[in-house]
Amino acid sequence: MIVALIGNPNCGKSSLFNHLTGLRQKIGNFPGVTVDKKVGFCKISDGSDIQVIDLPGTYSLYPNSLDEQVVLEVLTNQNHSDYPDLAVIVVDSSNLKRNLLLFEEVNDLGIPTVLALNMLDVANEIGVSINTPKLEKLLGIPVVEVNAREGIGLEGLKLTIFRALEKKQVHQNLELVSEEMKPAVKQIKEKFSLKTDYAALHYLTQTDKLSFLGQNDQRFLEDIATDLKLDADGFQAKEVMDRYRDIGQTLSQVVEIESEKHNSLTLTQKIDNVLIHRFWGYVIFLGILFLIFQSVFTLANYPMDLIDGGIASLNDFLKSILPESKITDLLTDGLIAGIGGVVIFIPQIAFLFAFISILEESGYMARVVVLMDKLIRRFGMSGKSVVPLISSMACAVPAIMSARTIGNWKDRLITIMVTPLMSCSARLPIYTILIALVVPDDKLFGLFGFQGLALMGLYLLGFFSALIGGWFLKKILKTNERTFFVMELPTYKKPRWKQVGFTILEKVKTFVFEAGKVIVAISIILWVLASYGPGEGFSKAEERVAAQNIGLSSDELEPKIAAEKLQNSYAGLFGKFIEPAIKPLGYDWKIGIALITSFAAREVFVGTISTIYSIGADDADDSTIKSRLKNEINPETGEPVFSVATSYSLLIFYVFAMMCMSTIAVVYRETKSWKWPIIQLVYMSALAYVSAFAVYWFLK
Amino acid sequence: MKSVADLKEGEKGVISAFLDNKLALKLLEMGCLPGTEVKLDHKAPLGCPYCISVSEDYQLSLRKSEALTILID
Repeated sequence: MIVALIGNPNCGKSSLFNHLTGLRQKIGNFPGVTVDKKVGFCKISDGSDIQVIDLPGTYSLYPNSLDEQVVLEVLTNQNHSDYPDLAVIVVDSSNLKRNLLLFEEVNDLGIPTVLALNMLDVANEIGVSINTPKLEKLLGIPVVEVNAREGIGLEGLKLTIFRALEKKQVHQNLELVSEEMKPAVKQIKEKFSLKTDYAALHYLTQTDKLSFLGQNDQRFLEDIATDLKLDADGFQAKEVMDRYRDIGQTLSQVVEIESEKHNSLTLTQKIDNVLIHRFWGYVIFLGILFLIFQSVFTLANYPMDLIDGGIASLNDFLKSILPESKITDLLTDGLIAGIGGVVIFIPQIAFLFAFISILEESGYMARVVVLMDKLIRRFGMSGKSVVPLISSMACAVPAIMSARTIGNWKDRLITIMVTPLMSCSARLPIYTILIALVVPDDKLFGLFGFQGLALMGLYLLGFFSALIGGWFLKKILKTNERTFFVMELPTYKKPRWKQVGFTILEKVKTFVFEAGKVIVAISIILWVLASYGPGEGFSKAEERVAAQNIGLSSDELEPKIAAEKLQNSYAGLFGKFIEPAIKPLGYDWKIGIALITSFAAREVFVGTISTIYSIGADDADDSTIKSRLKNEINPETGEPVFSVATSYSLLIFYVFAMMCMSTIAVVYRETKSWKWPIIQLVYMSALAYVSAFAVYWFLK
Repeated sequence: MKSVADLKEGEKGVISAFLDNKLALKLLEMGCLPGTEVKLDHKAPLGCPYCISVSEDYQLSLRKSEALTILID
């Protein structure tokens, strides 16, 4: 049995979903599209399990974005694997009129329906009272009162769902089919064996939005529409107006309003006086951003150090108890080190999404969109791009996915194309180690550390290049699509901590399983490439080193052997192969290996560098990596390899380079073509190469 | 003819017609019907977008170009 939760944005649908399913939920994709599908399981009153699907929030069945289109497609396709047996329509009772529009539409599709009246407490506060039994009688379907914030009324809802599944009730609302449309509607209804005329009307008026229809079916429907000289917009406008009139009549019998109390917006408007003030608005926004960065980078350090240490000691422990063999090495240096590289980012991602979800929960994020819209529009994006841009400071993968809320394709595409320029958390380890190498640990005015300022500078560089990139794309891309900015501003609310917790859990899970897969796979491949090599160069490395360094103890010999082996491994040969191309940037073949391996994921860079400069896993703390890098001398020139010029060149390279397989994969998924990820890869690589080259020659 | 874009902050008006059919559809389903009272609550610091409240029930944000297409009495 499948029960779908359906409702307007901000109606409390997701908290109801969390209350019903608890931790028994998973995130998947709807077939064929990349819209997140939240599915969970819930025990209803007879003890049986039902599947609950949380459909994206929408105002009507006429979609304006990809997310909303999913709702239409699931509900009009009876063969869809998620087609519900029952729809629970969740409504915001303080705004019943608008919320009932979607209810009527879903109901008219012939899907058995339960109406869940949510946020009655808010309605009461503003003097709105609803006669629930009478409403139930007028609508002819079950109506339940719930409080999704507090989790009250859930048992009643479960009982109602149980009963409604036993005895499915549908209530038809309006006669919408005109005389001249009747034969066509009948024909469509029969051909697709649809339940109601209203479903057939959607097939007729929204043919292009129903991607599950085959080409022949689409043509069949388009021909009918042409014959009828159908005015789809006019039809839709009339439908909405008729429905509102109908809803208004129903509500006049069940809703009472105490007019003197009735202004729900007073408090929100007062807060807005400050938060979208022409001066304080921006000051507060920047202050909040600053706070977020400070906490993401300082607080997250403690758990990250713990994880780092934990993984290292686990590896040491395993190495000490397991027999010395290739399999042990693969397990410890390949697999566990790879998993460590994923797990280490969890604290930062958790912190960032904690803040983002608090901002969203409280209603502030919508104000940020308002504050930033005009500024950011000049750069080919919309205010709604602010959320992906901010999120990509944790990771571009969820950020690019969050760009789905942008209805306009051009705005969305530009946002997707420039989002990876924002510095993500995977660049942070690279920045940290290179900055520590070349930026003095002093303070400006005894207050701001130079190293911290350098770090902020790199983030700002990423941000401004994203804006400039957007500006260029705006000039290049052409579109004649029309979409709108109009959006609802939710009232300010206290964040629900449980909801924040769920968001964190959800994002961390996505990161660990989506990005994690790639990182672990690459770590293993890297280990194989670095542990094997062709011919005698590799197999005789040990003997050669021993012969050249007679008299050294085996402890002293070991790192030299490892380095010799690496140089002759497949990875080493690749590094040498690309050396001519990266020499102008100031890099040697060892950095070349790290560039190649970190092509899959940037965070691999530090790990590779530390392997290459033969630092054992047991003393792999920053200071030793740092001192090793500092002491590394180029045998040809006698200069340090990590000179100021080379280090800055690398820093700049990593600000711009698109070194992340997961991002490429997600851009492909979101744009449904290889064209955009390839363009993105090419432009970002070119930008990285040219800027790193310029920086190197300027500083040299 | 006056549009929502002509309102001053804090001023009210009643929607009489829409100039843009596609946008009208979106506004209709969000509950902005002809005859509905709207109030301009705020203009964003740079003069756009606008925040309006619809029949003192809920707030919408829209750009100036969009506000220009909503005619009021």
